[in-house]
Amino acid sequence: MSAVLDHHDHAHDDHHDHAPTGWRRWVYATNHKDIGTLYLLFSFSMFIMGGILALLIRAELFQPGLQFVNPELFNSLTTMHGLMMVFGAIMPGFVGFANWMIPLQIGAADMAFARMNNFSFWLLIPAGLMLASTFFMPGGAPAAGWTLYAPLTLQQGPSMDVGIFALHILGASSIMGSINIIVTILNMRAPGMTLMKMPMFAWTWLITAYLLIAVMPVLAGAITMTLTDRHFGTTFFNPAGGGDPVLYQHIFWFFGHPEVYIMILPAFGMISQIVPAFARKRLFGYTSMVYATSSIAILSFIVWAHHMFTTGMPVTGQLFFMYATMLIAVPTAVKVFNWIATMWQGSMTFETPMLFAVGFIFVFTMGGFTGLILAMAPIDIQLQDTYYVVAHFHYVLVAGSLYAMFAGYYYWSPKWTGVMYNETRGKIHFWWSLIAFNVTFFPMHFLGLAGMPRRYADYPMQFADFNALASIGGFAFGLAQVYFFFFVVLPTMLGHGEKAPQRPWEGAEGLEWEVPSPAPFHTFETPPKLNAAANKILA
Amino acid sequence: MKTMKSIWNKSASLLATAGAWLGTGSLSLAATVNDLPGGPAVLQLNLPPAVTAIAREQQWLHWFMLILCTVIFVAVFAVMFYSIWKHRKSRGHKPAAFHESVTVEIIWTVIPFIIVILMALPATKVVVAMKDTSNADLTIKATGMQWKWGYDYIKGEGEGIGFVSTLDADQREMSNNGGPKKGEIVDDYLFKVDNPLVVPVDKKVRIITTANDVIHAFAVPAFGIKQDAIPGFVRDTWFRAEKIGDYHGQCQELCGKEHAYMPIHVKVVSAEDYSKWVEGEKKKMAALADDPSKVWNLAEITQRGEKVYAQNCVACHQTHGKGGGAIKPLDGAAVVLDADKAKQIKVLLNGQNNGAMPAWKALSDTDIAAVISYTKNHWSNQTGQVVQPADVAALRK
Repeated sequence: MSAVLDHHDHAHDDHHDHAPTGWRRWVYATNHKDIGTLYLLFSFSMFIMGGILALLIRAELFQPGLQFVNPELFNSLTTMHGLMMVFGAIMPGFVGFANWMIPLQIGAADMAFARMNNFSFWLLIPAGLMLASTFFMPGGAPAAGWTLYAPLTLQQGPSMDVGIFALHILGASSIMGSINIIVTILNMRAPGMTLMKMPMFAWTWLITAYLLIAVMPVLAGAITMTLTDRHFGTTFFNPAGGGDPVLYQHIFWFFGHPEVYIMILPAFGMISQIVPAFARKRLFGYTSMVYATSSIAILSFIVWAHHMFTTGMPVTGQLFFMYATMLIAVPTAVKVFNWIATMWQGSMTFETPMLFAVGFIFVFTMGGFTGLILAMAPIDIQLQDTYYVVAHFHYVLVAGSLYAMFAGYYYWSPKWTGVMYNETRGKIHFWWSLIAFNVTFFPMHFLGLAGMPRRYADYPMQFADFNALASIGGFAFGLAQVYFFFFVVLPTMLGHGEKAPQRPWEGAEGLEWEVPSPAPFHTFETPPKLNAAANKILA
Repeated sequence: MKTMKSIWNKSASLLATAGAWLGTGSLSLAATVNDLPGGPAVLQLNLPPAVTAIAREQQWLHWFMLILCTVIFVAVFAVMFYSIWKHRKSRGHKPAAFHESVTVEIIWTVIPFIIVILMALPATKVVVAMKDTSNADLTIKATGMQWKWGYDYIKGEGEGIGFVSTLDADQREMSNNGGPKKGEIVDDYLFKVDNPLVVPVDKKVRIITTANDVIHAFAVPAFGIKQDAIPGFVRDTWFRAEKIGDYHGQCQELCGKEHAYMPIHVKVVSAEDYSKWVEGEKKKMAALADDPSKVWNLAEITQRGEKVYAQNCVACHQTHGKGGGAIKPLDGAAVVLDADKAKQIKVLLNGQNNGAMPAWKALSDTDIAAVISYTKNHWSNQTGQVVQPADVAALRK
């Protein structure tokens, strides 16, 4: 398909035709596909590391009493599990998908700033190493919860400072990545691809990138103020010096709430592409979906204090944040309806990507409803800081973001590797994960309603049964992901599997399916000529 | 398909074995503990029984939301699952061509919007009621400390009473040893305290929360209350308990390593029993009021110090005084053996290592003097030193 590949008689230097080899290919990578692969591998490694921490937590909580860890180490486990999963697994994972797919989907040769892209990735390695190394520092890893509330953080040992440094680096990486994505999408779409003809994944990432640029600096502010309170004589959050611990919470959650939408919007975009492919029917209400995503993003800035309903804010504050939070349910519901309307009267098949996509819609919506229940301030007073909250955010982050990434992997990996994954094993991975996930996290709703607090190394005996169940489910879920790596992912990375066609999914649309599988090292070096709908290349 | 069937069979048999295992209770601990009245129940599925009007409102709201959300969920996903069943390629269904409809979009934006408003209306009333702490019959300050609660009755019957409420030391020890042993029935595990908060029934009690060090949170699920205890600031909440009994809660904001070990026990009693308790407490306080200028001898003060140690220090420094892991030993420690008593007094008053050793300034001068004297004259430490309450008072800033 010469329209998208380099001609051999092209008047360029010889090295331009060959992909670099050896370690230089990866360390000096500027190719969006290679950088995408690096991000995805990093993300999966952090997912496994964070997962091991989770299993240590569940092992300790399997029975009442302390069996394996002391309470301070337990607090470190919960803190680092959160930080690694949020900043090491979910965020880099979505950036990996963005790097691989956005240039392909908009018909661009690469990202706008290829070298900054390299830097964005390689920053993650020292940051991740620093974060992991905190366990081995005197005093242990940070143990103040991933939310790092003051003034508890002011009491932490030196690992807190290392953690802050790591977070700064991770934040810088995210900001640079977002700049890259925005500039690429706004400037490098192939002629004829207007914004309103762009694939939904590109749209959701465009919006997410703006959110990232807006709020990562706010997190940087909060953790820098923590750092100066710890070492440089400031008292922003220390009441002994006239400071206010609640100020930290405001600043953190002003970042924190948009952050959770940052972690879900790209997922929405992926689902919006996968469901139409397997329903063999165009996405229902494209315009509405763009507006709904934008509304969610804008609303996400004005709801932060729903994480602070028990801090003692005045009535007006409680009411405002309750109303604003409940409002976000509306555009989210619109998206769910649009996905189902896409399926309605379609011609569906249920290969693994579609299983994960449908699973996402079902289980994410459950998480959405528990979020709506938590939004009701009077109910939140009972459930704040209990396992109900833990259940809620794991439903939306694991059954939400993670499932979307699995769906995206199964959907796009034939394009990346050139081989098909094993469909039976993919289905096993799906059902195993779905069942284990629900066994782990559904009982946590009950624990929360019964009053079991979060971040507890030991608990009253009455909570024992559901904790035991959750622990069993947790280990089963972890095993499913090990199975996924060794029996699904690794074979395809090694080239074992049926050769993948250019368009493995009958109903799939988009420019990424106009290039061969595996996608050549360089694609769209000259902008392609597109049809009216901007989803096919004219020969 | 053949493979789908074999997968189904395999997973079904796996589920069956897991279910049987759970069912026979070989894993379940349900047999070894009972429900705790006023606290959690075994296999509890919903909010606890309400003992205040606010808690009842919260329960109503929760049922309202749960039912409404479940109905919507079932309706929406009935449509989806119907579609999955009917509109599939294997049934020969051909895809339709429609992909947008402004009318439909408007309808399914407006209807959820209206539903959300209808949900917010009853919630608003309850928020306003929960925030109204005026005209309380009794006001009590709850101070969160690492890691116990201090209660001070500051207005109303019982004014002036103050005490500290700590988790039972044996239960804390039990936790370190892997929890209650099989067969041991400890219904109030991690809930038992030495001095519960006592309040009269049917009276509006205003709880003012604050903290000494980091953020804690005071919560009693049966009352429907939860309020962060923030150092340097005062917040408040209120409850009117309608039933006599014992009610339990736990600290609900991560506050350091013993976060799971600072429970709340509120004893709601009749008006007469409350008055009797107040009288008793006042007498106890008068008797216990240590004369701060009393000069103690070694034998008396180390005897007192042993009690203080068992109450407060043994969880970390252990009975043998050797600590463990990051916890420093006291037996043979330089600061304990030091001729300058001020060094160890300062550690007790101000804490050390960024709160890893917390500040104990909440203890009385006599208690601090007693426990220091005890450590200076126990295990292999035989300094013969006596620390007097006046020594401690002098170093308080």
